[in-house]
Amino acid sequence: MAGNYSAFRLLREGLRGHSGWQPAWRDSEPKDSYQVVIIGGGGHGLATAYYLARNHGIRRVAVLEKGWIGGGNTGRNTTAIRSNYFYPESVALYDFALRLYEGLSRELNYNVMFSQRGIVVVAHSEAEMEMAARVVNAMQINNTDAELLTREQVLEKVPLLNQGKDARFEIYGGIWQGRAGTARHDAVAWGYARAASALGVDIVQNCEVTGFLVENGRCVGVETSRGTIRAEVTGMAVAGHSGVLASMAGFRLPIRSFALQAMVSEPVKPCLDTVLLYMGTGTYLSQSDKGELVIGGGLDRVLSYGQRGNPPMQEQVISGLLEMVPAFGQLKLLRQWAGIVDVVPDSSPIIGPSPLPGLFMNGGWGTGGFKAIPAGGWLFAHLLATGEHHEISRPFDLERFRTGRLIDEAAGSAIPH
Amino acid sequence: MSVRRIAEAAAAESLEFTFDGRPLRGQPGDTVASALLANGVRIVGRSFKYHRPRGIWSAGADEPNAIFDIRLRGATQPNARATMVALEAGMEVRSVNSRPDAERDRYAFLDCFGRFLPAGFYYKTFMWPDWHRFEPSIRQMAGLGRLDPATQPAGATQRNLHCDLLVIGAGPAGLAAARAAALAGREVVLVEQQPRFGGSLLHRPARIDGLAGPAWVEDCLALLRDRGARLLSSTTAYGIYDHRLVCLWEQRGEGGDHLWRVRPRQIILASGASERPLVFDDNDRPGIMSADAALAYLRRHAVLVGDDIVIATNNDSVWPAAAALAEAGARVTIADCRRTPPLPAPAGVELLPGAPVGLVEGRNAVAGVIVGTRRLAADCLLTSGGWTPNVHLYCQHRGRLRYEEARLALVPGEDLEDLAVAGAARGALLLQEALAEGHRAAVGGGEGPRSEGALASFHIEAAWPDPRSARRQWIDLQNDVTVKDVALAARENFRSVEHLKRYTTLGMATDQGKTSNMNGLAALAAVTGRSIPEVGTTTYRPPYVPVPFTVIAGRRRGQLFAPVRRLVLEREHREAGAAFREYGSWLRPAFYGEGSPAEAMAREAQRARETLGLFDGSPLGKIEVMGPQAAALLDFTFYNRLSTLKPSRIRYGFMLQENGVIYDDGVVLRLAEDHFVVSCSSGHVPGVVMRLEEWRQDRFDPGRVVIHNSTAEWATLTATGPASRELVAALDLGVDLADAALPHMAFTTGSFQGQPLRVARVSFTGDRSYEISLPASHAAALWRRMREEGARLEATLLGSEGLMILRAEKGYIIAGKDTDGYTLPMDLGLTAPREKRQDEYLGKRSLFTEEAEKPKRPAFVGLQVEGKEPLATGAHAVERCAKGFRSLGFVTSSYWSPNLQRPIALGLVEAGRQRMGEEIEIYHLGNLRRARIVEPCSFDPEGERLNA
Amino acid sequence: MQCFTCPFCGPRDETEFFYGGEAGKERPEPSAEVTAERWAEWLYGETNSKGPSREIWLHLTCGEFFLMERHTVTHEVFATRATRGEEA
Repeated sequence: MAGNYSAFRLLREGLRGHSGWQPAWRDSEPKDSYQVVIIGGGGHGLATAYYLARNHGIRRVAVLEKGWIGGGNTGRNTTAIRSNYFYPESVALYDFALRLYEGLSRELNYNVMFSQRGIVVVAHSEAEMEMAARVVNAMQINNTDAELLTREQVLEKVPLLNQGKDARFEIYGGIWQGRAGTARHDAVAWGYARAASALGVDIVQNCEVTGFLVENGRCVGVETSRGTIRAEVTGMAVAGHSGVLASMAGFRLPIRSFALQAMVSEPVKPCLDTVLLYMGTGTYLSQSDKGELVIGGGLDRVLSYGQRGNPPMQEQVISGLLEMVPAFGQLKLLRQWAGIVDVVPDSSPIIGPSPLPGLFMNGGWGTGGFKAIPAGGWLFAHLLATGEHHEISRPFDLERFRTGRLIDEAAGSAIPH
Repeated sequence: MSVRRIAEAAAAESLEFTFDGRPLRGQPGDTVASALLANGVRIVGRSFKYHRPRGIWSAGADEPNAIFDIRLRGATQPNARATMVALEAGMEVRSVNSRPDAERDRYAFLDCFGRFLPAGFYYKTFMWPDWHRFEPSIRQMAGLGRLDPATQPAGATQRNLHCDLLVIGAGPAGLAAARAAALAGREVVLVEQQPRFGGSLLHRPARIDGLAGPAWVEDCLALLRDRGARLLSSTTAYGIYDHRLVCLWEQRGEGGDHLWRVRPRQIILASGASERPLVFDDNDRPGIMSADAALAYLRRHAVLVGDDIVIATNNDSVWPAAAALAEAGARVTIADCRRTPPLPAPAGVELLPGAPVGLVEGRNAVAGVIVGTRRLAADCLLTSGGWTPNVHLYCQHRGRLRYEEARLALVPGEDLEDLAVAGAARGALLLQEALAEGHRAAVGGGEGPRSEGALASFHIEAAWPDPRSARRQWIDLQNDVTVKDVALAARENFRSVEHLKRYTTLGMATDQGKTSNMNGLAALAAVTGRSIPEVGTTTYRPPYVPVPFTVIAGRRRGQLFAPVRRLVLEREHREAGAAFREYGSWLRPAFYGEGSPAEAMAREAQRARETLGLFDGSPLGKIEVMGPQAAALLDFTFYNRLSTLKPSRIRYGFMLQENGVIYDDGVVLRLAEDHFVVSCSSGHVPGVVMRLEEWRQDRFDPGRVVIHNSTAEWATLTATGPASRELVAALDLGVDLADAALPHMAFTTGSFQGQPLRVARVSFTGDRSYEISLPASHAAALWRRMREEGARLEATLLGSEGLMILRAEKGYIIAGKDTDGYTLPMDLGLTAPREKRQDEYLGKRSLFTEEAEKPKRPAFVGLQVEGKEPLATGAHAVERCAKGFRSLGFVTSSYWSPNLQRPIALGLVEAGRQRMGEEIEIYHLGNLRRARIVEPCSFDPEGERLNA
Repeated sequence: MQCFTCPFCGPRDETEFFYGGEAGKERPEPSAEVTAERWAEWLYGETNSKGPSREIWLHLTCGEFFLMERHTVTHEVFATRATRGEEA
């Protein structure tokens, strides 16, 4: 790595016109062959490359990105990081990610601004409180932090919540996870890219995979817009486009692609300290360090690969927002966009070998891939390096759709995931 | 004073307002921006990062600096754009990002540390000991305006509109288009972002068809009104979405804004262009303005922006402004970058060719301008670096831009099938071009309006940001992005335009880069040795301007956000003292009477077993399935066979999903050989109907089986308890209530007040029960009769909570509460259909997967505890393991049973059947209790009370 | 807001419709002879095409399922028609 990042270095560079900074990562020309080729230069792909080099000493690695790194869902999400899941398999996975996030800025020498401001999930009825208790207990039993909040505790954390007589959703209480928070999404991609590049990984932007190289029924590389690249092992981590690559490779996946919208308000001075989710509206939000409210909600209802949002869900999400906090009605929508998410029937990711030998996949993260990036990368690197599952990723194999052993978070916790 | 209102234009009426606490006066027709200028206010705010003083740049939606919190009539509007807000008397205008005010901001010192705070500096530091140590103070520094917790504005009205032609922008091109279309008989909607129609015609000199610009505008408007066109001013088209839906935000002041969703057959985009700044050292000083904005302030508001005005330009478009400002009495010098400007100097104006701006003097206001070796005294520096077409909506509609060297601008490429771009929005800056393009876009050809007196040619030379300068040159004024920042980003490999934007935040402020985008691209092109087209541009995302959340949310608040369903007998229940709660979107009585809810529920549950409970079960599903294939459809869609059910009999059944998981349970009545009623859970009615329809249409002959959801047409009133038969007998419904004639799980028909009704013997309490279903219109009368007769029998009204206790005593499930997204029918002990049925049914194959065959599947069981305290619903059954605990399942229902005088609970527990009788540990929020696994049914296990 | 044309009711807003699944899937039967792989494919397998797509939709307002051919990137709708009396 060309120079460490630090306050001291910043001062020194400040005094000499910042002329000494080096590229954060190298752009590489693709070589003819690699030990591992990773398709997709988002958070998961870059993290996988980093951990291949760091944990397994594998440095003949290329990350192929069809556009610019971090330009897919890594740069389009609402940046929440949490592990408030129901099933032990899920908690193990997402809490592993959360623990890695806790040390990530120092690990990568890149400030990803992971801010553990906690998440409040608000429940609105006795029935939802019972469900909240079920989830909180599951989280505690699975050794992650969780508390059941009373109405008063919820209001203490988020005083602006709607308590008016005409409020549609009463505040009964909620779920609290204090270690949850947000991070600067782009920085996660750039930090992994910089660290991976420093360990010798090739990052190839503007390189679109157009087909798979198959010999004797085994994937031995990829065809790309920049030529053929051979690989001993190929991994794909392409978020909303898993289905597209699957059809190139000749198999089908239990995945539907939808647009998920995100919205930000104009920036205002701090007014919301936690990440907030209402069970009643499905709207969730946090306030960024810049002061913008970062807002998300449900999927658009029509399957789509068009990375743009549609008014019906905007109206639903924003009216939900004002139902939660009427004072936000004085704010304006600054920007709105959408990412394409891989939705799996059980709302859990798919990590494992694909039906094409030599090709492995990491995808199906649905609406929640960002929070899992460090774990996704770590576990996928383990799989690509050893050919074997890490114990945390094993339950998320494609195999589960055949055996029926789904990990259905949406059904398990009734919380939007 | 250098900025002033020209004396003869002073209006009789004045509007008083304050800026940062200072009392000021404006006049009707002012925007907040023009009023501030008229009062000589130069510093209107502080920049986001370095807190540099900033002044007003523009007169339109692209204004980066004049962002205020405005308080009026007790409500706050944070981050209002002063150029777009009409001044009203009593406004309290506060600058944002400044303390105590814009003039004397105490964070101004930050600018001295600017060299240590380049783009992206925060990625490189604050890692030790921890980001949390630094974040709170950084958060406090960030943000623009302040939210007022007490301001809770109402939602906007939302309206839908279909039309033939939508014209966006009412400048020359838009008006020419609308006029031609209206004359051709087309149905036209014309929208204009400003309060007045006319665009540049309101301030730039022109004669059209013999009329002065503003007069021609009026002439067009009169014609359009006459032809029935809809004219919307103060209205911004902010987004084009799928299938040509255009969203408009109409500002209506006190009347409340409107959202218009318009679906036109054709769109003409005549949204004009933004003047872009020239970039030079310290080009952000207060008093540096857009040349066109200065002309607009002069002509529209009679505000002269300076006495000694230097106009720096690289193009011809400033000539009219120079002439008009000189005519108004200012000393005007044009400093032209070009060595040989093609036009002669306007009268009274000095023209300096080949004279780029070197330096700007003055910190808080322009004091002088150094041009080459000359120092020009100046109190105002106008600049024009050319024009950036407003192409946002074209790009949102998947149009592709091309770079036009002659205009130094990204302009729309091909017109789209349903969207044409006309006028300055496609780079046509000359009036005659704009008029012709607008006309042509509307009617395809012919002669448009003729203009004279306007600028007749346009010439521009590149004067892009120079990355070699040693001083700071500002590109994004609001987010404080300089040319050096762009260079740094490129050095660090943020060379993709999207990376540049994200790394430096260029174009991400509340003006969304309207003034900075092109200069940013040019700077990136320069530092990376590429051309502007090679660099490309970032995606244009909606909205075009920030749009109030209230406009997007509309009236969807409270009940309109998610309406609850209401019982036909709601009034009767209220009169009886019911406490209502929401159950699966239905508002239903939870219990009746005053006092503690727990006592009321227990009292009702107890009395219903002793004598009689009356329950309103109207939301229960009543889905009729009719036709020769009705039985076959139900056989396929249910786990239990229903074709073997005899007419006038009832069967309890389950509907599975195709993955085997229980979707719903309910009873099915067979009215006749070819006629069934499916009585599913109230919350599952739409889902059950959809599943039945899906398979009816996919698998059966839709002509031989039909489905009708009659849930809302019928009310269902239930009597349960030992005295229920006596009650029903007293109602005189004309039915034979003898058990032989009407046994459990049978029904019969009768009548009440001439209305047909059904009396069904099904029980959700375990006691003898009668469900009476009749047309909803007569429910109130029957309910009254039931209560009258019930009083004699010491009946209680039974709310949903009491009923929940009764069914839990019996171990009856609620699908979705006592089951989850994993529960297969075998987990409830329902194994017979799986083992016996040879025919196909929904979910069948899923009951034979590896997972389904697993021996240790969860089972539905009862949980019995010592003591008086019920288990917590949501508590988990656990076993100890190396990591602490492992969950074996959870408590799904738990109550105090008044009839057993002890707690009861139900749950799903791993291998629960095998563990029957064992004690296990129950975990809840850190506490452990012990519970014994028992049968789910804890009351009257023999079922004797059904016929008691 | 997309606009879909129900073959029975005409053009309506997307909010009136519900996605029913990709067209052309055939339920494997009889269950006893269906392998776990085949069944998983029926339950979960998706083409999830990027580009032209054939789909079954339900018009919630009238209750009719129908076939829609559309483009999943541009959202252009090529055709909608009733599935009645033909294989979807």
